Amino acid sequence: MSLLTPGKLTIGTDKPAFEPWFKDDDPSNGQGFESAVAFAVAGELGFDRSEVQWSTVKFDAAFAPGDKQFDFDINQVSITPQRAEAVDFSKGYYTVKQAVVVSEKGKFAGANSLAELKDAKIGVQVGTTSFNAVRDVIQPADDPDVFNDQIDVVTALKNDQVDAVVVDLPTAFYVTAAQVENSKIVGQFSSTGGTPEEFGLVMEKGSALKSCVDKAVDALKSKGELAKIEQQWLGSAAGAPELR
Amino acid sequence: MSEWVKSERQVERERVRRSRARRSASIATASTVVFIVLVAWGITSSPGWPRVRETFFDGEQFVAALPDVLEGFLLNIRIFLISEVLILVIGLLVALARGIRTPAFFPIRALATLYTDVFRGVPTILVIYLIGFGLPALKLQGIPTDKATLGIIALTLSYGAYVAEVFRAGIESVHPSQVAAARSLGLSHVKTMRFVVVPQATRRVVPPLLNDFVSLQKDTALVATIGPLEALRQAQMHTFNTFDYTPYLAAALIFILLTIPMARLTDHLAARTRRRRGA
Repeated sequence: MSLLTPGKLTIGTDKPAFEPWFKDDDPSNGQGFESAVAFAVAGELGFDRSEVQWSTVKFDAAFAPGDKQFDFDINQVSITPQRAEAVDFSKGYYTVKQAVVVSEKGKFAGANSLAELKDAKIGVQVGTTSFNAVRDVIQPADDPDVFNDQIDVVTALKNDQVDAVVVDLPTAFYVTAAQVENSKIVGQFSSTGGTPEEFGLVMEKGSALKSCVDKAVDALKSKGELAKIEQQWLGSAAGAPELR
Repeated sequence: MSEWVKSERQVERERVRRSRARRSASIATASTVVFIVLVAWGITSSPGWPRVRETFFDGEQFVAALPDVLEGFLLNIRIFLISEVLILVIGLLVALARGIRTPAFFPIRALATLYTDVFRGVPTILVIYLIGFGLPALKLQGIPTDKATLGIIALTLSYGAYVAEVFRAGIESVHPSQVAAARSLGLSHVKTMRFVVVPQATRRVVPPLLNDFVSLQKDTALVATIGPLEALRQAQMHTFNTFDYTPYLAAALIFILLTIPMARLTDHLAARTRRRRGA
């Protein structure tokens, strides 16, 4: 097996690493959903915890041509056919839904259908599938505002610069619980309608590791390990009303 | 009177000159061709070239992204056209304020100095961030909520400081005898500035001013950080959707197409100034 550093498994993710995916901005502590998944996959591949090292990889560096600074990258990257032409994805390790967060005092606090959000100014983070989800599913009158990172999206909501933000459901729970006072989730929706959207591990195109990583993800799935990790770190992320 | 004919020596001289010109032209052409071939060969024979060609020079992606990038670019154009006007006004006012020597107006002078120090010192992207997220956070009545407007305010503050310094340099380059002459004609300080100093100063600083504006045109892309869908952001979204970098190239090309005429105009004006001064 060819590894970036022989004898070590190098896993990439962006910094800052946000909850609930990571905890305390420290991917190496094994806490948070993606950190736990990464270590579980490493374990399946036969790596001890001490043989795992983390490297900071910006979202767009993960798919830039040239040498990769990771064996695989875990960063809430949604698998799409277009993206799969540039990188290799592992099998999906999490099925994600988009969620709409609004201010409790705002005029969209009472929305309970997608149609009611048409006139809302919506904020999303660049690079996420949320933008396409908003444009294709909600189809608002105004194009969404697109921000550099999650903190900016949250700040825009706090400042009332946007009426609503669209993020993935676990992030939405974190936003309402810890980041923005008096905010609430009005509901979740499927971004595509058809095939479910899944997060995958990113590997270099043609990576020799892909088949092993796929096997590891499958094994974790069939053993119920993935479901356990999901329950532990994203357990609260269930039961938001479905928006249609 | 016999008709004037070139002397044999002159004919010979011209022949030699022509052949030398031909020779240097062909040498220049040959060396340019060799240079381009070497660079092209160097790039295309590098091991990563196939992957680079795929991710940076994908014709399909280029065509797919271009309409969105162009649409975003209209916003860039709006932003810089409005800011350019505001910047000229602010820059000139601040430069004039720094020139006031009356003791009672010291606070104004100090404020103008502080302004240029602060906004020249802070990176433009930070000014955009602080204005773009900071002003709306105040939640005051009358604060604009439109992101492009906030971007224009930030760019104006940042570039106003640079342009103020350019104007100040221009004003200080006007010889003191001009001021003395104007004053001795009975012109007040204000009129001296308005009719004698500022017109001369402005003419002198047109090339550096245009240079700042070329820079401003590019920096309109920084406004993307606070939300609006301008050219760079449109390109970025295409790139993040497809994991292909070609849309960035499309954006770069559009920016170049706009800044090149501006740069040539700057060169032209600088050359004209040189000619007029008889240099």
